[in-house]
Amino acid sequence: MKISSKELSKNIRINALKMVTKANASHIGSALSIADIVGVLYADVLKIFPRNPKNPCRDRLILSKGHACVTIYAALAEMKFFPKKNLETYGDDFSLMMNHISHKVPGVEFSSGSLGHGLPFGVGKALYAKRRNLCWRVFVILSDGELNEGSNWEALMFASHHQLCNLTVIVDYNKLQSLTSIDKTLALEPLSEKFRSFGADVVELNGHDHVMLSQVLKVSGINRPKVIIAHTIKGKGVSFMENQVLWHYRSPNNDELLQAIKEIESENA
Amino acid sequence: MRKAFIDELIKIAKVNRNIVLIVGDLGFSVVEPFQEQFPDRFFNAGVAEQNMMSMAAGLASEGCHVFIYSIANFPTFRCAEQIRNDVAYHQLPVTIVAIGGGLAYGNLGYSHHAVQDYALMRSMPNMLISAPGDPMEVRACLRYLTEYPQPSYLRLGKEGEAFMHDSLPNLEPGIWKKISKNNKTASKAIITTGNGLQIAAGWQKGGRYPDFELYSLPLWGMSYKKDQPKQIEKFDQIMTIEDHLLDAGFGSWLLESLTTTPHLMQRISIKALNPIVCGLVASQSALQSKGGLS
Repeated sequence: MKISSKELSKNIRINALKMVTKANASHIGSALSIADIVGVLYADVLKIFPRNPKNPCRDRLILSKGHACVTIYAALAEMKFFPKKNLETYGDDFSLMMNHISHKVPGVEFSSGSLGHGLPFGVGKALYAKRRNLCWRVFVILSDGELNEGSNWEALMFASHHQLCNLTVIVDYNKLQSLTSIDKTLALEPLSEKFRSFGADVVELNGHDHVMLSQVLKVSGINRPKVIIAHTIKGKGVSFMENQVLWHYRSPNNDELLQAIKEIESENA
Repeated sequence: MRKAFIDELIKIAKVNRNIVLIVGDLGFSVVEPFQEQFPDRFFNAGVAEQNMMSMAAGLASEGCHVFIYSIANFPTFRCAEQIRNDVAYHQLPVTIVAIGGGLAYGNLGYSHHAVQDYALMRSMPNMLISAPGDPMEVRACLRYLTEYPQPSYLRLGKEGEAFMHDSLPNLEPGIWKKISKNNKTASKAIITTGNGLQIAAGWQKGGRYPDFELYSLPLWGMSYKKDQPKQIEKFDQIMTIEDHLLDAGFGSWLLESLTTTPHLMQRISIKALNPIVCGLVASQSALQSKGGLS
């Protein structure tokens, strides 16, 4: 039976929390902020082939904010790209599931970790598909802090110039960077206007609203790349993690894990 | 070398539709024939090397063999992390074509002097360095790179290089190609890569080092150190010549290949550029002379 995006996002959150707790790894706040986006993508939008992850007809999803990899690993396990028990190896020495996303994991297109690489890579893929009239799409998830990197703007300029309508960029706009807020680091506003001036088709929405996400993600840009500015909450779903810079780097202890899971389960009951 | 490169690439692209050429807003009067014949496989990425490199990786991940063409430092140091993470780590067939290796653009200033590029490229395990010494080696290297697509760095001079081969040589990575035309084997050898071949040939023509055999090694990299001791042990004395700084250059690479056979190390002497040239502006020949390659 097909899993709903809500159920998928809930499972992603719980598994992400378990993985980072066991591995004593960081970035849980960034992972929880995109759990709804990733849930909607895998449940409702992406054309995927879990038994043949490299099927040429698949849509390509690139997580440029590679530090939030647990969301993708959890989603791929839920969608049966590999057994769920593999998630338990996250953070183990020599595990394929590294703490930044790895292309060695079935279903992962691209390894990232350094920021500002995913969008230019996705532009290359979209350019290939467009020139060969192929119907698959490219989705790139960016963090908001990542927009400090100039390579994104280089890529967007190229994508607009070449009318890459098969490219959809999703900005996880949780407004926190690693030390403090976006505003106090390098202000991004007016962000929509910036993207529009670079030639993108821009939509702003609530990045936790599954209905809106699904509707908007299913539609490509018209003769131009599409940018979705998804307003999100860092640490979304766990009260004591929401909007806290602390959870960019900290991993939960066992008590915090139990509390977090309890909150997530009750919210989605 | 630029003309040999584009002519050969066009030849290959006629039969291999996966060949793509991307330029970083460079290549006037060189790349146009490719653009005219393959408009769907030619892109000017503009002056944006980071995007150019990652985008090339994206195209290569779908099956293209992408050639990136620019002046030496721009598609290398400017986007070193994109090369390391997106191209080399993912083992994608992107060939970085650097024009003006060494001091070919001597008068254009330090920004255009490529004297540390081997250092960058040879620190990546999956990167094949391709530094041809004459136009024939350019063609031979291109044939090898397209027959075995992989992350690679093609370092070209600018123009006017003399022909050292009468016909297209067969090249293999890590294997020295004999340039000397005699049949006997001497006890001394000069090993060059890239423009070092032109320098060494000029020296020999002028009567220097007459008792040294001359070899070229256009294809090399981290993976091919293992092939060196056996070739070195045939000679009592080896001299390397390169238009690159000694530090982390070609001669240093050859020396490092001898860490398990240290008794061979004393046979090696290295002629590379003195770092005194860094920051100086002059013609290629004047800078080479100042740097100790005269």
